[in-house]
Amino acid sequence: MDTSQGNPMMDDGLTLQRTKDGGPRIDCRNIKVFYGQAEAIHDVSMSFPDRAVTALIGPSGCGKSTFLRCLNRMNDTIENCRVEGKILMDGEDINDADVDPVLLRSRVGMVFQKPNPFPKSIYDNIAYGPRIHGLANGREDLDAIVEKSLRRAGLWDEVKDRLSAPGTGLSGGQQQRLCIARAIAVQPEVILMDEPCSALDPIATARIEELIDELRNRYCIVIVTHSMQQAARVSQRTAFFHLGNLVEMGDTGQIFTNPREKRTEDYITGRFG
Amino acid sequence: MLQQLGQLPMGWLLIALIAVFGSSAFFLGRMRAERLLMSTTGRMHSRPNYHGYYVAMWATVPVLVIAFAYAVFGETLTRGQLERELPSSFSRLSPVELQSYFDSVRLAAGSAASAGADRVFEAITNRYLELRGLVNAATLVILGLVAAFGIFWGQSRLKSDFRARALVENGMELVLFLCAGVAIATTAGIVLSLLYESLLFFQKVSAWDFLTGTRWNAQTEAEFGALPLFFGTFMIALIAMLVAAPIGLFSAIFLSEYASPTARAWIKPILEILAGIPTVVYGFFALLVVAPGIRSASIWINETAIQLGLASEPILAAQPTSALAAGLVMGIMVIPFVSSLSDDVINAVPQTLRDAAYALGATKSETVQQVVVPAALPGIIAALLLAVSRAIGETMIVVMAAGKSARISMDPTSDLTTITVQIVSLMTGETGFDDPKTLSAFALGLVLFTVTLAFNVVALRVVKKYREKYD
Repeated sequence: MDTSQGNPMMDDGLTLQRTKDGGPRIDCRNIKVFYGQAEAIHDVSMSFPDRAVTALIGPSGCGKSTFLRCLNRMNDTIENCRVEGKILMDGEDINDADVDPVLLRSRVGMVFQKPNPFPKSIYDNIAYGPRIHGLANGREDLDAIVEKSLRRAGLWDEVKDRLSAPGTGLSGGQQQRLCIARAIAVQPEVILMDEPCSALDPIATARIEELIDELRNRYCIVIVTHSMQQAARVSQRTAFFHLGNLVEMGDTGQIFTNPREKRTEDYITGRFG
Repeated sequence: MLQQLGQLPMGWLLIALIAVFGSSAFFLGRMRAERLLMSTTGRMHSRPNYHGYYVAMWATVPVLVIAFAYAVFGETLTRGQLERELPSSFSRLSPVELQSYFDSVRLAAGSAASAGADRVFEAITNRYLELRGLVNAATLVILGLVAAFGIFWGQSRLKSDFRARALVENGMELVLFLCAGVAIATTAGIVLSLLYESLLFFQKVSAWDFLTGTRWNAQTEAEFGALPLFFGTFMIALIAMLVAAPIGLFSAIFLSEYASPTARAWIKPILEILAGIPTVVYGFFALLVVAPGIRSASIWINETAIQLGLASEPILAAQPTSALAAGLVMGIMVIPFVSSLSDDVINAVPQTLRDAAYALGATKSETVQQVVVPAALPGIIAALLLAVSRAIGETMIVVMAAGKSARISMDPTSDLTTITVQIVSLMTGETGFDDPKTLSAFALGLVLFTVTLAFNVVALRVVKKYREKYD
């Protein structure tokens, strides 16, 4: 029997082969990050399940964004930043010398705090990734990828008549969804989101949260957020960081209702942060 | 007595007087304010120093206006009166001759050494001194009265609740505005004089012939077809930009995207030294090093081409000065203009855009080519336009290395001439100011000004638009 027939995951050509539902996608062991001499992350070990949203919460400066940026080696672009430890993705250490960070980043997409569309048309914003990685055979294929990515990001109906308009002309919420669509277009397996809603109003935020919930079915998503409500709404797993340490990690429900650690309880009840 | 007054060093005297009036007014004002402070119970609105400044303003500003008027009109007034008193025999002299006669009178009066000259000259010199003494005396008297009145008026307004501080503030604003006004007025004056002289020229030579004529021979015959000059200017600027645009842009990209902080700290200042080299130094570098090199290279090309049977006669002009030599060196000169400005705009591209590209798996050069440079493109274009306007207006290099033949030739090894070269050769040497030859220099200057202004305006608008996008 042909298993791909009728499988909703295989219908659009964007889905890659997955590990078993819910199994760990990324496994981090003894991660330390240094800026020059200063150690910003102290010996963090944690894993991220596939097809689930993991939220990283914690007060400002606790290292959650720095940790996120280890997962697609974006810290490489910062001078004097050094990462120690093993980050295993499908069993392979991404910090290995023979792993090409460029290819890694095509598997681990990222969405940033501030919407940062390229000063190009909406179409070219989405098509940029597929073009540099040679994912499309010809114009029609590329058109299809652009449409699918925009549909998945819930932006298609709003922009389908003005694909050649500049991406920077969209509203903040639309720009952020454009950035998500852009990340999806290179067929990543993991999507990292660094406070994706912090520059958006509540309505645009609700839209993005809905979208994250839909995307959960296809990707391993890691989201850094300042908002505990947001973490509670969108994530299945939550990790609490404080002063560069991973204090506690567990199912979101457990973290918010029954934290094991005193510091976690203090933070989520608003006693500091 | 009047003659002695006529020999007063008025410049120094006026400066000294203004300083004296100003400082005494300041102290008088402050003393009065201090006395007011003693006699009032509450607080005064302004501190005594401000009252002093206020009175000093009244003492100096009107005096400055009078001193300025003296500097502008004093000599004219004296000469006008002297001209009316001259014996009738002088009416034969042309205005220019009269001018130079007066100049020698003035010189003799200054040194008080008219002895030995003829008696008419001596008499005229003495009369000149008398008249000047009269003007000087009148100026000094008016000056003193105005200053005294200013001090009196300023003093009389001082009260405990007088807002001297606010008024001094207004006064400062006025001073700053006037300084800005000087720059604007100068620009306007230059433009107006260019326009005026050009109009005089276009009365003698039609503007159409000037702009479209292909024969330029202003020195010997009256041929004013400026097209060869425009062509030469364009050609040399083009060669310069062919050198400066890629080198400048690529070094800017290297500096802002690839260079380590140490490399950047060394390379950037060295590049900017290029902008500090006097253009005349570039000029003799072009003339003594580059031009002979190009000449021997083109002679070699000619000979080889003939030997190989590719040509029956020399293909390149191979002249001792050439458009190529001037253009290449000018290109080196404008590199820092391109690189420095481009570096700034590339640095202004937000890091988040680079992050976005890297996060999609773009390599560094893909990020630079497809994201950073397109985002900085308006600024880069502006940098190129500014460099072009610089190249078009550049004079010294082309005067030394481009030659003087007004011709239209696509051969870069032949000598060409530019607008600036022709202006220099027209304005140096003996010429009358109503000669079309001299006036044509103004018309050329007007064209040059219009073109560079247009480039600058476009460049600045582009830069402004770009800034609005990312701030």
